[in-house]
Amino acid sequence: MGTEYVAVCFTILFTIATSLWLGRYMFKVFTGQRTLLDPVLFPIERLVLRVTGVNPNEQQDWKQYSVSLLVSNIAMWLATFAIVSIQKVLPLNPDGIANMEPTLSFNTISSFTTNTDLQHYSGETGLSYFSQMFAITFLQFVTAATGVAACIAIIRGLAGNRLTQLGNFYVDLTRATARVFLPLALLVGVILIWQGTPMTFEGAVKATTLEGRAQTIARGVVAPQVAIKQLGTNGGGYFGANSTHPYENPTPISNFAETWSIAIIPMAMVWTVGYMLGRRRLAVVIFVTMLAVYLPMVTFAVAQEAGGNPAIAAMGVDQSTGSMEGKEVRVGAGLSALWGVTTTVTSNGSVNATHDSFTPLGGLMLLTGMWLNNIFGGVGVGVINMLIYVIVAVFVTGMMIGRTPEFLGKKVEAKEMKLASLALLWHPLAILVGTAIACSVWATTADPGTALAWLENPGAHGFSEMLYQFTSSAANNGSGFEGLSTNTPFWNMSTGLVMLLSRYIPIIAPLALAGALAAKPASPETAGSLRADSATFGFTLWAVIIILGLLMFMPVAVLGPIAEHLTLR
Amino acid sequence: MAERARTISIWDPGIVGQAMLGSFRKLDPRIQVKNPVMFIVEVGSLLTTIIFIHDLAAGTGRPLFTGQVAVWLWFTVLFANFAEAMAEGRGKAQADTLRKTRTEAVAHRLTAGDRMDTVPAASLRKNDVVMVRAGEFIPADGEIIEGVASVDESAITGESAPVIRESGGDRSAVTGGTRVISDWIKMRVTSDPGHTFLDRMIALVEGAERQKTPNEIALNILLAVLTLIFLLVVVTLQPFAYYAGTEIPIPVLIALLVCLIPTTIGALISAIGIAGMDRLVQHNVLAMSGRAVEAAGDVNTLLLDKTGTITLGNRQATEFVPVAGVTEGELADAAQLASLADETPEGRSIVVLAKEKYLIRGRELADKEAAFVPFSAQTRMSGINLDGREIRKGAAESIGAYVRANGGVVSPELQTIVDRIARAGGTPLVVAERMRPLGVVHLKDIVKGGMRQRFVALRAMGIETIMITGDNPLTAASIAKEAGVDDFLAQATPEDKMALIRREQSEGKLVAMTGDGTNDAPALAQADVGVAMNTGTTAAKEAGNMVDLDSNPTKLIEIVEIGKQLLMTRGALTTFSISNDVAKYFAIIPAMFILAFPQLEALNVMRLATPESAILSAVIFNALIIVALIPLALRGIAYKPLGAAAILRRNLLIYGVGGVLLPFVGIKAIDVFLAAVGLA
Repeated sequence: MGTEYVAVCFTILFTIATSLWLGRYMFKVFTGQRTLLDPVLFPIERLVLRVTGVNPNEQQDWKQYSVSLLVSNIAMWLATFAIVSIQKVLPLNPDGIANMEPTLSFNTISSFTTNTDLQHYSGETGLSYFSQMFAITFLQFVTAATGVAACIAIIRGLAGNRLTQLGNFYVDLTRATARVFLPLALLVGVILIWQGTPMTFEGAVKATTLEGRAQTIARGVVAPQVAIKQLGTNGGGYFGANSTHPYENPTPISNFAETWSIAIIPMAMVWTVGYMLGRRRLAVVIFVTMLAVYLPMVTFAVAQEAGGNPAIAAMGVDQSTGSMEGKEVRVGAGLSALWGVTTTVTSNGSVNATHDSFTPLGGLMLLTGMWLNNIFGGVGVGVINMLIYVIVAVFVTGMMIGRTPEFLGKKVEAKEMKLASLALLWHPLAILVGTAIACSVWATTADPGTALAWLENPGAHGFSEMLYQFTSSAANNGSGFEGLSTNTPFWNMSTGLVMLLSRYIPIIAPLALAGALAAKPASPETAGSLRADSATFGFTLWAVIIILGLLMFMPVAVLGPIAEHLTLR
Repeated sequence: MAERARTISIWDPGIVGQAMLGSFRKLDPRIQVKNPVMFIVEVGSLLTTIIFIHDLAAGTGRPLFTGQVAVWLWFTVLFANFAEAMAEGRGKAQADTLRKTRTEAVAHRLTAGDRMDTVPAASLRKNDVVMVRAGEFIPADGEIIEGVASVDESAITGESAPVIRESGGDRSAVTGGTRVISDWIKMRVTSDPGHTFLDRMIALVEGAERQKTPNEIALNILLAVLTLIFLLVVVTLQPFAYYAGTEIPIPVLIALLVCLIPTTIGALISAIGIAGMDRLVQHNVLAMSGRAVEAAGDVNTLLLDKTGTITLGNRQATEFVPVAGVTEGELADAAQLASLADETPEGRSIVVLAKEKYLIRGRELADKEAAFVPFSAQTRMSGINLDGREIRKGAAESIGAYVRANGGVVSPELQTIVDRIARAGGTPLVVAERMRPLGVVHLKDIVKGGMRQRFVALRAMGIETIMITGDNPLTAASIAKEAGVDDFLAQATPEDKMALIRREQSEGKLVAMTGDGTNDAPALAQADVGVAMNTGTTAAKEAGNMVDLDSNPTKLIEIVEIGKQLLMTRGALTTFSISNDVAKYFAIIPAMFILAFPQLEALNVMRLATPESAILSAVIFNALIIVALIPLALRGIAYKPLGAAAILRRNLLIYGVGGVLLPFVGIKAIDVFLAAVGLA
């Protein structure tokens, strides 16, 4: 067990250390400063902008920026929807995979356009190589870049003083793709290929096993997709089994590289924000606040998974290596728990163990990560979500020091509160109402066994499965609890809608908020103003996150994982 | 100007009685709907009551439990109404006292045939002619039509030396609120005062015309969204319960909802706002709007007039400097004699200094041949003729002219003394006897006691003070240094003042100032907080957003503190309200699902007796905490002039951490009581 804890600690520390460097690099990229990689990457950026006819000097206000973001996303949605719907006749389909069914296409494309990557299909049987590359992998690059672009624009707004322009969406999008995701994905992809992840256009291998049975082993253009699925907090695997599949995550080294990839950009974004605002102390405070939620969650989850399952122990199964049901032996319980918490807090959603098989309280940590959705969070959007909590914390504490609440010298007034409230409200609304509808549908169907065979496990665990599905969609996470048969019109449509709304409401509302704050004059900081870059504020922010999270989700936590946990003993 | 602190006891029986009646009157849904949080509670109370009646009639359910929940939910609404009615009642009481004690400047209006009527200054109309005599305030802006007088305009210009105003020419305009020091004038009023001005402000204090302030609106949005979130949380519990094979009684869901939504702050929010305005009135300040009070809390820069605010309005004698051949005692004696009949503060201060420093006592002059020469605008000197002696005091030029007229010479030595005093920021007053100059009395602006400490406290709160004065930069610098202000604006014209405010505002700062002259009006309007003195002109009062009835410019500092206290109280109670919810969850959630999941008893950390008593205890705690916090809401939370970080730590500890812990204790205590009495 000891080495596993060392591995967990080392992974976290290494990621934090490298995030400092990447944060500075991204700051340089988005403020147009020279970087080491310019000679190679700048021509790509220039080429893309020239081909698309974007004038890089044209500035956009928050409305124009939002419209560009939405229009480009709608265009991508339509194009990729078309690809998967007619993939049978498109090239690069050696295994002859059929067209996708419409509600499943709706769900899949909405899922990948929203950077969620919830998968109600299995890659090896559901998508051609063409679809994998030009629909899935393409979206995984561009949607991640969309999140980063939105975040950068919002930060420009916060830094601005009587400003209306937030930058140019197309330039930010191109920069994020060409200068951040491309080089990193190349690096990680090469490591994965070295570790044995397939990279081929040839079709599945027909093999004969030792027992003499015929087996079809799927392969394809796996390595690049796995790299970007992790780096862009996408999470959608090439294969249905995601990174539990030996081709997606063959070795401890690939496991380390992928865990690093999950957290690196979300962590680095915090530093980038600090540089862009010229407030590195604020970045430290936010980063430490995030760590103060993340580390206890990791510690608790690792302890739960490494501690084994008392119910299975009671059956006389040895639990000394931890709760290994649904986990990969080459990964182990501890690193599975680390991955699980990391992939859920960051809105990534790739898995290296079956989340359904986590101990109830370990599973609670996974749910919690997605409920909060702001602890590092998805690339770009995590910082945006945290900003909403910062605004709420600033509002309450600002009044407590006897001033109209201010953030970075700008007054937080009715308009800002409205927009922050919208973003704050949407998340629990999507999760609770979605789950409630699922529960009602399930409970009111006369014979659930035949009519709606969603749940293999009714009771508290089944509740957790449905809750998890909506939580994962609303958090744009994309991991599945599994154990729930989700490829049905109900789940395809409901989660598809939730994913779409949960992507754009929490991006557009904060963009509007940033637009409103940007236009305001920044008042100078004095001894009488609230310092957001202080330990006291960090504590307040932490308490606001914990208390609001608790208030929104404690009832469902009790009805799902906690009730299940209490029955184990 | 005495500060009349009119405090009303929190539990004044008259107000409490009225407020109790008012709490029932406010049950009207048309009133409740303005406060979304409390409206939800009222709807919940109504629903629970209907269920209770139905249960009672049909003999189903648990009427004892449902009945009690209903009663306490109604109490929650009533307590909230009571808090608001209390604040309004106190506001009304303040306003009534204000109407009675309101003293307004009077004016002597000349009517046809030179008859003189004494009328309130506010009733003056344009083109009325009034007589103003020495010692009286000029009742309105106007034009002198007859006479010449020295006028103390320090209240508006900051210049402590009186100025000459006379009919004809460009020195004929006088400003309301300034004071005639010598002689008399006949003037024609040039502006119509808006006489309903004060009444309009008093109406605001009563709360009748209260509009929500920007911060209150923003807070209401946060409270509304929290309410919506909790509504979602509670409403979705029923489908979850169906799934788990159980059903939660509606009254239990309503009880949980009411406990979770921020009722504490929702109930007290308007009381806090009204009470904030009230506290200003207790300091004799009327605010035009709640917005102004909030802005006061945000002020970064205070513009303070030197005269009357930082220094005692008038200069005082601090030193006698004789010329060669004259002893200090001789000079002091002569200066005292010349000032015996001088009733100005400067004159009195000379008598006092001579008495204190040289033990020269005021003499009985009745038996001697003494003739006092009062200050006049023509000679610009005053003095005494006594036993053939002729002693005069006055400005260096006037006395110089007097000495030369009597055949004397002004020595360079005297000029040196005069210059030295002027350079040090003082005012030299030369004393002479006919042709012989005796020396100089050093008159100095005296910084009010305690001002230095207040400026230190303001700095700790992050507020910068700028002294405004008409004095020359040398004088200004020396007083600024002595008082400890951050900066000063010397030889300030109204335009300079305006420019200063604009400059500060362009840096994103909020500026507060006081003023009373018509020429202050643009600056008062431009400033974020403009406090007009009640003695000031109507134009000034209309331009500002507050009026100080005591005309005490120092009060600006209290106004800032009251503004801060208002926001702090709101923030503290919001924090407290939200923190409270944690304990309520631990009381209610296990109680709700104990039938479906018996193992949830493990979450009953307070070991509450039964599910019913757990829910009831939470509801009762939720209602009682409102009453318990009414005094705090009305009085405001304790305010200390500390830096933001220190204040935040303190309030977080009390209202945040305290807010999490207190309900655990409170709910447990109520539960023990309920179990003992057998109510649940």
